[in-house]
Amino acid sequence: MERDKRLPALNGALGLIVLLLVVQMWLLTATLESYLAGHKEAAVSGAVISAILFAACGGLYLFVGRVDRKSTGV
Amino acid sequence: MSGTWREEFPVREGDERYVTRRQFARFLVLTSLAMFAGNVWILAKSWLGKPARSLDMAIPGAALLPVGGSVVFDYPEPGDPCLLIRRSDHEFVAFSQKCTHLSCAVYYAKDTDQIECPCHNGSFSPRDGRVLQGPPPRPLPRVILEKRGEQLIAVGMTTESEG
Repeated sequence: MERDKRLPALNGALGLIVLLLVVQMWLLTATLESYLAGHKEAAVSGAVISAILFAACGGLYLFVGRVDRKSTGV
Repeated sequence: MSGTWREEFPVREGDERYVTRRQFARFLVLTSLAMFAGNVWILAKSWLGKPARSLDMAIPGAALLPVGGSVVFDYPEPGDPCLLIRRSDHEFVAFSQKCTHLSCAVYYAKDTDQIECPCHNGSFSPRDGRVLQGPPPRPLPRVILEKRGEQLIAVGMTTESEG
């Protein structure tokens, strides 16, 4: 990746992680609310979607680490 | 001790330690992991949680309750307060006494014919336990009642989705 594109890519990736995290927080509260209301089937879909969001965050973390190492050289 | 604060609050700008992008991203991913663990915990609770027991229990004092009166009893376990309401000579209803908002104890207000929560002015219908006003997000769990002879028996609990 070109040097002048690294910083926007890093900022974009960090912003996307924050966005996914907000969605995941909402998902946890919505799943808990559904579970307490007796809709136990919502727990499965909640856990699956949360796993996908966590995997996406992990992927973005690896991307941030790789690009940051290239740009800082550390 | 003095070395610690000098590290935390260095005098020279060059000695400052900033949170790196990677550290910040790691913190966010760990938070994401915690959210995922929360969802897994809910899933485990729904799969491994004890099934609701349909325990038959006679409600003491039900026959002596006047119309429009209410009495508190514990069901299905001691420490699970429920509210029995006599709406007419032959109609009894019972609900969990814990408000679905923040678990305050609800009471039956005869003059308004509503089950009310004094903490945040939530109210529920005494017919089916649904929310009439205020912050409670869900109806009150209902106690299933059966009349056997002179006795009123609680035979199980039902929540919104099961009801």
